[in-house]
Amino acid sequence: MTYYESTDLGKFPEIGKDAPELAKAFFDYYGKVFAEGELTKREKNLIALAVAHAVQCPYCIDAYTGASLESGCSTGEMTEAVHVAAAIKGGSALVHGVQMRKHAERMSM
Amino acid sequence: MIAVPGSRLPVDEQNRLLSTAPVADFDAHLERAHLPPLSAGATTVFQVNVGKLCNQRCHHCHVDAGPHQLEANMAWPTFAACLEVIAATNPPTVDITGGAPELNPHFRRFVTELRALGVREIIDRCNLTVLMLPSQQGLAEFLAEHRVRIVASLPAVNQQQTDAQRGDGVFARSIAAIRRLNGLGYGRADSGLVLTLMSNPVGAFLPPEQSSAEARFKKLLSARHDIVFNDLIELTNMPINRYLEYLLASGNYEPYLAKLSAAFNPAAVRGLMCLNTLSVGWDGALYDCDFNQMLELPVAPEGSRTIFTYRRELMEGRTIRTAKHCLGCTAGQGSGCGGRTT
Repeated sequence: MTYYESTDLGKFPEIGKDAPELAKAFFDYYGKVFAEGELTKREKNLIALAVAHAVQCPYCIDAYTGASLESGCSTGEMTEAVHVAAAIKGGSALVHGVQMRKHAERMSM
Repeated sequence: MIAVPGSRLPVDEQNRLLSTAPVADFDAHLERAHLPPLSAGATTVFQVNVGKLCNQRCHHCHVDAGPHQLEANMAWPTFAACLEVIAATNPPTVDITGGAPELNPHFRRFVTELRALGVREIIDRCNLTVLMLPSQQGLAEFLAEHRVRIVASLPAVNQQQTDAQRGDGVFARSIAAIRRLNGLGYGRADSGLVLTLMSNPVGAFLPPEQSSAEARFKKLLSARHDIVFNDLIELTNMPINRYLEYLLASGNYEPYLAKLSAAFNPAAVRGLMCLNTLSVGWDGALYDCDFNQMLELPVAPEGSRTIFTYRRELMEGRTIRTAKHCLGCTAGQGSGCGGRTT
């Protein structure tokens, strides 16, 4: 038994049990976001896969690994998408070094 | 991809696994969608599986084809019986499959006689690499001369996925074969020589949407390899034979069946290939499709179960034999030998 069970994703709709209108509004919105638009479904799945890694959501990683494969992505493309997430996450940490340096300057002689 | 065991699961065991899989029967899916049981109309696609001999041994093969299959190959009297039925019934399309059908020693004679009969469309389901075998010199030219439509397997536009499914080096040889076909005019819009690519998922998942996959294949194969083709069809893998063994070995069997069941699409039913296909086995036995053939589920009418005893009046309107593998053809966009069914 682990905290995250892969079968739990199938229980996601249960979130609507005590707040059905909010759940419906969210799932309707979710469905529209992932519909084919200016971006293809395939592009959206790769973005979702990268974001899933950035937010480290195990359900989203499983779901968008499958969705990416089913939209014809190779593992090479998917790995590159994860690197994009890693670069932004790493870059985000590093670029805050500017704040550190500015604050250090203010505090230093 | 996880390696599959070398030995084949017996057909009885495959049928048992399918019947006990924890998803509803195929006919129950139809019933829930208020659809009647499947029955065949007139045969417009006469599909001949000329044998299991192949120069490849792909991990997903539903035929269990390979270089080891030296026995299960069609003899000329069976081809001749097919020609008689084709002449009498005049199906617009004759679809030749295998194995690698070109390795049957009677392949070229059969194609030549089909052309002489005036069959409108002759399809060769080609693995591409067979065109590069030293023993098959002149094969591509023969196909072009007889204006055979080539439906060629290429699961992905990258070497890694293609070789994982079809064997080391297959991607490079497939690209070389397409280049050779392009040189003869195949895949070029104005030549009349049709090259269709066919892609199956490399793993336990459903295929991508067909038209967007086709656009992507065209763009990338042209840019990376300077090759062209006419169209792409996407097929769902059937939980049969080597692909079934892969599903079992990788722990994906029940999740895959559940995925097929959850993706059941009533709109995919009316385009199912079994509704207008007759499938002939290497020994002349008759089936509703190539997948039933591999599961040894013969056509329903007992009086017309081989090409030697074929009776048209029993075949049109026959009830299609179904089992849970049929969920592969109704999942998502639908799947068949002609690609998506929706």
